[in-house]
Amino acid sequence: MKTIRTLAVTVLAITLSAFTFKTVDKGYSIGDIATDFSLENIDGKMVSLADFKDAKGFIVTFTCNTCPYAVAYEDRIEALNKKYAKKGYPVIAIMPNNTEVKPGDNLAAMKARAKAKGFTFPYLMDKGQEIYPQYGATKTPHIYILEKTKKGNVVKYIGAIDDNYKDPEAVKERYVEDAVDALLAGKEIKTTETRAIGCSIKV
Amino acid sequence: MKRIVLLVLLIVLACKEQVKTEIVPLTQIVDKEEKKAIDAYDISLEIYDYDGLEPLINKVDEKIHVVNFWATWCAPCVKELPYFEEINANYNDRVEVLLVSLDFPRNYDSKLKPFMKKHNLKSKVIAFDDIDQNRWIPAINKNWTGALPATIIYNKNKRQFYEQSFTKEELEIELKSFFK
Repeated sequence: MKTIRTLAVTVLAITLSAFTFKTVDKGYSIGDIATDFSLENIDGKMVSLADFKDAKGFIVTFTCNTCPYAVAYEDRIEALNKKYAKKGYPVIAIMPNNTEVKPGDNLAAMKARAKAKGFTFPYLMDKGQEIYPQYGATKTPHIYILEKTKKGNVVKYIGAIDDNYKDPEAVKERYVEDAVDALLAGKEIKTTETRAIGCSIKV
Repeated sequence: MKRIVLLVLLIVLACKEQVKTEIVPLTQIVDKEEKKAIDAYDISLEIYDYDGLEPLINKVDEKIHVVNFWATWCAPCVKELPYFEEINANYNDRVEVLLVSLDFPRNYDSKLKPFMKKHNLKSKVIAFDDIDQNRWIPAINKNWTGALPATIIYNKNKRQFYEQSFTKEELEIELKSFFK
């Protein structure tokens, strides 16, 4: 009897640890502390989250030039930055693709796109592709909302910008706006994780 | 763990509730699109929302089903498409391949149908258009983050989900794990 119980406990422990490991392996969950980085912006300067002394948090957005879903959201990402940077939640865009696989996402192309679209947020290159796996981003666009705390930048939301990639006018749920509004108001975020189709990050 | 399960359940339930009011009359879309198709390229295309797609990816019969989610704009999807076509040709007697396109509806005539024609796709291709991704992505597989390509291989006893691209060899190996 005792052996069985020990065995059961061991199996349970292994299973649980397997789960824990898997979560770590797959990037951040809600409540985790997100890593800071130092990545090159399209203006040639290096950007870190720590540079934003007055920020209350960040809308970290993995995005790129070449994915139709990312393109569909370009204007909405810019609108988020316009609305929330001044409230303390700037958009920090990171381009995670391997530019040898996707030349349309190289630094020159990123610069051109940002200029054409009038991006006011930093558009950073994940050179060496070391940052996106830590976050667990799998696709573009993929959003992580972080709240700056004494412990570090805490992950508060992971997922999509809203519930309608096709038509900004037909959006019913503004996941990112709702989450940032809740953070600004000191309230609980209603929906902390959402799924959406995107382009797999090119390695 | 429990809390996560509860949360997912809540989200799923919440979304389900919403969907009831959101469903687009599908027959209307199909009619319109098919008419256009015949006019344009003489290729018909069935278009489904998730309620329409669900039975097509949950068949219970003697076959092995390979369902590939792809789009013409997705480079790794296009790259692996010939491997699915090969499976469809080589194991026609016991494997059924379904290519589920996530192309944007505005591109059905301009991109998807010309692509189907150009590459002479022999596997069944359907278009999948359902805006409520937060409902159907986790319904298709709880671990799917939403990246393309993605593939399901299943038969009546077993079901595997892959959020990845395949090489020809990898796909063969996975498929053969269903052969007995």
